[in-house]
Amino acid sequence: MNELVFFINNVLIAGSVSGSIYAIGAVGVTLVFSIMRFAHFAHADMMTFGAFMVLLLTLAFPGVGGVVGLPTPVVMLPLAIALTALLAVGIDRAFYKPLRAHGVKPIVLVIGSLGVTLMLQGLIRLFAGTGAQNLYLAGERKEIYRIALPIEGVRAPIVITEPQIILFVLTVTAVVGLHLFLNRSRLGKAMRAMSDNPDLARASGINTNTIVAVTWVIAGGLAAIAGTLLSLDVTFKPDLSFFLLLPIFAAAIVGGVGHPYGAIAGGFVVGFAETLAVFNWSVLLRPFRDSLPEWLAQAGNLAFVGTEYKIVVPFFILVAILVWRPTGIFKGKVI
Amino acid sequence: MPLLEARDVYGGYGGMNILNGVNMTIEADEVGVIVGPNGAGKSTMLKAVFGLLTVSQGEILLRGEPIHNLPPNKLVQKGMGFVPQEKNVFPSLTVKENLEMGAFLKPGNVKRMLKKVYEFFPPLYDKRHQPAGELSGGQRQMVAMGRALMAEPEILLLDEPTAGLSPLYMNEIFERVKEINAAGVGILMVEQNAKQALAIADKGFVLAAGQNRFTDTGAALLADPEVAKSFLGG
Repeated sequence: MNELVFFINNVLIAGSVSGSIYAIGAVGVTLVFSIMRFAHFAHADMMTFGAFMVLLLTLAFPGVGGVVGLPTPVVMLPLAIALTALLAVGIDRAFYKPLRAHGVKPIVLVIGSLGVTLMLQGLIRLFAGTGAQNLYLAGERKEIYRIALPIEGVRAPIVITEPQIILFVLTVTAVVGLHLFLNRSRLGKAMRAMSDNPDLARASGINTNTIVAVTWVIAGGLAAIAGTLLSLDVTFKPDLSFFLLLPIFAAAIVGGVGHPYGAIAGGFVVGFAETLAVFNWSVLLRPFRDSLPEWLAQAGNLAFVGTEYKIVVPFFILVAILVWRPTGIFKGKVI
Repeated sequence: MPLLEARDVYGGYGGMNILNGVNMTIEADEVGVIVGPNGAGKSTMLKAVFGLLTVSQGEILLRGEPIHNLPPNKLVQKGMGFVPQEKNVFPSLTVKENLEMGAFLKPGNVKRMLKKVYEFFPPLYDKRHQPAGELSGGQRQMVAMGRALMAEPEILLLDEPTAGLSPLYMNEIFERVKEINAAGVGILMVEQNAKQALAIADKGFVLAAGQNRFTDTGAALLADPEVAKSFLGG
């Protein structure tokens, strides 16, 4: 039973955490692709920017969280979402819109977004420095819940932190909210229509500029959520999200590019694949040690790959998907 | 005042003119049909009317107001509906959602117009929760026309509405066009099936090389031996 708890802590919870973050990130990437037909590489740095806004706001108003009984960074999140959404719309107006107006090929926009990536990273480093910073300031600390199972002989508790719980709640809220928006609201349906057939959307009188702006607001807002919750789970670093770029794009492609539900599924597939790949399976085999062959019973570490090679997992998934099912789990827009 | 008037329209793609002075007049409640050989500029003319193509010379008037080179969404607001020949539905949206998109600029219309469109095209009601991409060609054409009707246009532009349809659906579409017109919507359509189209046309425009060759009532054009010989296959 202790081994099962170990599995829950190290796979179920850890996998859901990275899965949630990848899913929220991948939804943004996939929405931007479905409306503007380009891979937005600056997405990860919009995540960092969101977390950076939270850091600034928390520094400016420390201790606000104590009033409502939540960590201050979480209280600041809505404002950071708004600011990041504004940044996303602003970046589009300043950099991508002029390019679109010239009718450039998508690859030009992709390269433009790489430029935006470098710019955003530089900007954040300029103000936040290069080191890691804890978002819990001024005496606040991360709540860690240890839930002991009421079962005889189970010593290890299930460990889950407050930001992880908030992350799960926000992920579910975001997914449900997005589903309702895309299927019930007039703008959401127009967004799907534009993703289906931009020319016909225009001929129907849909203002495509509005749809583009709405897309950026959603992508930016979601990026801020993912970036902030990730920074709360670990720490804030200027290059934190940049290393998420590969798993996020892997998630979007695994799910089928341009398919929001696919991106969510893809996020969790990549998240769990990562955690399962670095999980030490020998722990789970311990109870059966006596009945196993000696080489298996004696093995100390039975992970598929070492933790330091975690990043190759999404890369492998990406390659495998592109080879065997290029349109992704759900049938996405073919690139 | 005519509903739609085109005066000596020139236009084309990338500096090359396809339209070399086209004239057209359609009164309210009329059906206008553009016919002509391939490459005559029929669809191009329709696109020019709907602002999808730059008009370099001449003018297009809707109820006397110049509308050439206005963007499509403005034209929808001014009471024009356009049904392209291809890719004329949103395949992943349901039939109902497709129709709702047609009333995007007039959300107050949705309920009333949905009812009206389902009356025009009863098959759509049964399929309203199905993605439009799963429908047959004829049903898609109905969705496309229904979508354009949702904004309550004064004039509906149809680009080869019967292209690729079976004869059964073809007749059905022509019937619907007549009914839509009878309900008070002006029609301007491009058709390959010239004889059938001219049969329901109040006005027929025979284009060739981007210019008017014959302009008359549909019946008169059908009866004209010269038109029959050169453009209607004898």
